[in-house]
Order: sequence, then structure tokens, then C-alpha cells
Amino acid sequence: MAIVTLDNVTYKYPLTDSPALKEISLQVNEGEFVAVIGPNGAGKSTLCYALAGFVPHFFKGELTGTVLVDGKDLLKSTLNEWVLHVGLAFQNPFNQISGAKYTVFEELAFGLENIGIPRDEMISRVETAMKLTGISDLADRSPYSLSGGQQQRVALTSILVMQPKVLVLDEPTSQMDPIGTREVFSVIRTLAEQGMTVILVEHKVEWIAQFADRVIALHDGQILLEGTPSEVLTSDLLQGKGFGISRYTSTAREAKKLGLWKKETLPVTLDEAAEGFS
Amino acid sequence: MKIQISDLYFTYPTGVEALRGISFMIESGEQVAIVGQNGAGKTTLVKHFNGLLQPTSGRVLIGDWNTKEHSVAKLARRVGYVFQNPDEQLFSKNVGIEVAFGPKNLGFDSERIQALVKDTLAMTELSDKTEMNPYDLSATWRKMVALASIVAMDTDIVIFDEPTTGQDAVNVTRIANVIRNLREHGKTVITITHDIDFCAENFERVIALSQGKVLLDGKANEVLGQEDLLATTYVDPPQLTRLGKRLGFKETVRNQEEFLNALKM
Repeated sequence: MAIVTLDNVTYKYPLTDSPALKEISLQVNEGEFVAVIGPNGAGKSTLCYALAGFVPHFFKGELTGTVLVDGKDLLKSTLNEWVLHVGLAFQNPFNQISGAKYTVFEELAFGLENIGIPRDEMISRVETAMKLTGISDLADRSPYSLSGGQQQRVALTSILVMQPKVLVLDEPTSQMDPIGTREVFSVIRTLAEQGMTVILVEHKVEWIAQFADRVIALHDGQILLEGTPSEVLTSDLLQGKGFGISRYTSTAREAKKLGLWKKETLPVTLDEAAEGFS
Repeated sequence: MKIQISDLYFTYPTGVEALRGISFMIESGEQVAIVGQNGAGKTTLVKHFNGLLQPTSGRVLIGDWNTKEHSVAKLARRVGYVFQNPDEQLFSKNVGIEVAFGPKNLGFDSERIQALVKDTLAMTELSDKTEMNPYDLSATWRKMVALASIVAMDTDIVIFDEPTTGQDAVNVTRIANVIRNLREHGKTVITITHDIDFCAENFERVIALSQGKVLLDGKANEVLGQEDLLATTYVDPPQLTRLGKRLGFKETVRNQEEFLNALKM
């Protein structure tokens, strides 16, 4: 069942002439893990903001069409109500850390304090979430003393403690080391299997291919393609438009020209590439 | 200009021991990538190259200068450092002024400043954006402005801290072009990166750090093929390296050309 529905959504930031999102219609089912890809400037972050209510409630500007989450209409809700259903982790973790807390543990409890969660529950939610994202050992550090990748884990965890129905993540692993990235993807996959709906903006196609249920390719504020990771990520339509393409795909495409790749479909994961080349 | 690091230790005032006995040398004109787990000490290490941090013990030599004996302002003549987050270093009202700021501060004559700004803007594909306010540009282009403002200082050593973070394929290619250009001009380029495919395709030498120490240091193919050791510092080998291993190639391959050549054999 669809928990997120966008119907013909067009959005223009204040003082701009052309819309950042153009006639976007999409549905995301409960517990689905959807990845959004696209070149810089395609509207990926704006889409995240629209899902999380920052567009139009915080950024203002003009939104037409309908954004529904869990049956509620964005344009008929306040941002305060909206954030209880949809959690957003920003692209840049620096922008998300409150600056009001001395330790990571307190930082993670900040959102919960604001919505009046009882102390015992706060502590248990924070501890559980820290364990999940592997940052228990950072609990007493200052959020500002952490490396970029560690800060990103804190930013992600600070959203998880809120237990939103819909989790929106804007490049949550951009500053993480490679294996850390894979771990976070695997955590997100688990959350989706437990029923959380996840919408993730990401350039790292290898992990999208392995973990996401569906991929949406955005280009110039519009949906260019939508489908399974394999359908979308190997499509010729992505070529020359600034989309990230896995080395497995691009190399097999080249090998195909040389007669060294025999299969009809191109690979997007290591397993598919290894199978096709051997 | 040679960089010599000898037995470098660094402990932050909070007590976190970030670097624990690092020694290596980087020759003039080398292209080196530094990889490793978050918190391994990569940024802490490169902040020693321009004096932003001073060793707790050990020594950092930039050419014949010991960084302990020279100010950050003076070291800026030899080492340029592009921050991870461009917003931490941009402040001018337009791109042209921003890019000219560094060379101006180094006291170059106006002819040289003009030439440097012009060449750098061309190299970073910003020539048509000279009059724009950096903050009116997208994050992608702000990153290029940050790069340009350091490249224009014409230092022998240029450091990039995670240049490809959050960049799309087009801009990653642009950044790779800047690095190639600097190599052709004989500059030493040191880049911290988590983008291991980018690392494999653009760097000849790779240093892997782990918990404040050098885990691996050598030719890219030698380092990037060591899957088990790299895993201890949370790094995966490049995609095509892993694929080559899986297919049983004898040699480590790291880019499309090497992969296809090995496949034909």
C-alpha cells in the first residue's frame, strides 16, 4: 500500500524562474526502499525537502500538485506535525547538528526532548539506535570533534531515534569510508524490512543495485526513468547526462563492443559481472 | 618539492591520539592518494603539511622547511589545501576576486596574478562565471571555486580533502582533469578520498592509513589489490579490481583498460 504519494508536483523556489521539480508523480509503498539518482542540479535534494515538508513550509516558494504521506496532505499540515511522520537526514551533517549539545548522546536525544518523550524511553531509544549504526563508542564525544563520516552516522542516528514512518536520506554516506557505506546500506535495508519506508538519494550505484527495491532517475526536475535497479542503472538513457554508472556496467558495455560480453543485459553488481564474464 | 614525515605523533587536546608514528617521503611531482577508515587520521595528517596542526612529536619537512619553524601564512607559499567543505573557505563577492585573493596575498605582481587567475579559471571551467557570487552557484560549482582559489596560488604542493564528495559523474571528471593538469605542470598532488574507483583511475601511489598509522604504502596496483589488509581500515578494492580477482586474473587490475587487456589474454 502506498504510504507516500506525489501527484503532479511542480515546485519553484522563491525568486527563481524555472521550477526545480516538474510534474513529479510517484508512489512509494510502505516498507519499500527507493533510491533516487541523478546528476547535480537534477532536483534530488529538492525532492527530499518536499517529502520532508521543508518545501514549501520552510523554503516558501510555490508548490502545486499534491504530496500525501500516510494519508495526510502536506499543504494542509504544519511542519511541526509533518516532522513526526517523515525524518530527513541532510546531505551535509554540519547543517544538522544542533550546536546546543556537548555530547553525541545528548545530541541524539535533542529531537526526543523537543517532542516530550519520557526520559527512560529517550535513553533506551538513543542506546538502541547508536548500537544499530555502530556509534556507541562516540556517545561522550563532542559532535564537533568527529570526522565527517562519523558526523554523518550521528546525523542519521538522530533521525532514527525519532522512529519516523518515512525516512528520507540525502546522500547519507557521502563522507563515509567504503565499508562503512556498505554497513549503513545494510542497516537501511534492515529498517525497510522491518516496515520503515526509505527514500534515499545516492550516487553510489553499486550499493543501490545491491540493496534498493526500486530506482528513480531524476533529470532536470523530472522523472526520466523508474524501475528495478537493474533496469534503470544499465539503461542507455542514462549515458552522457552525468549519472553515476557502475564500472561493471560501463566496462561490460565496452566489452560488448569488442565481443567480450555475450549477454543481452548489462551487469550492475559484482555477482552479475563475474557471472557474465566467466 | 619533497615532503618528509618522520615519526609523526599527534594528540588532540581532548586526548584523542590521532597519529601514532607516521613516516614517509613524497617526492616532488608525485600524485598520492590517501585512503582509510573514517577517523583513521587522514585529515589530521594533511593539516600538518601546511602547519594548521603541529606535531606532538616527530617532524614534518616541506622542502627544507620544518613546519615548526614557519607560520601557516609562510607555508601557504609551498602548500595549498582545499578543504572538504567549500563553504568553509569562500567569502568573496565574486568568483574572480575569490580566485585572485590567494595569489594577491602571496604578494605576486599583478601580471602574474592575472595570468594565474585566467589559467586557473580555464582549467576549472569557471571562465564564464567570473562575475558571479560563489554563493549563487550550485554546490558543485562552489566546489570548483574552492579548488580554483587554491590552485591559483601556484604552490608546488596541492592537497585536496575528499574532492569528489557529493559530486556527480560530470564533475568528478572535471576534478580528475584538474589533477591531470597539475601533474603535467609538475605539481605534487595529495588527495584524501573514499572514492576508491576515482583513486584507482587517477593516482599512481596510494597510502592507506589505519588508526593513526601507515597500513600500506606503494604503487596503486600493489596497495589496491590487498583486499584483506584494506578491509581492516574499511576500504574495499576498486570495482574492477574485485571483479578481476573473482575472475582469477593473475595481475591486479584497477581500471577499464587494464581489465579489458587482462580479459583478452
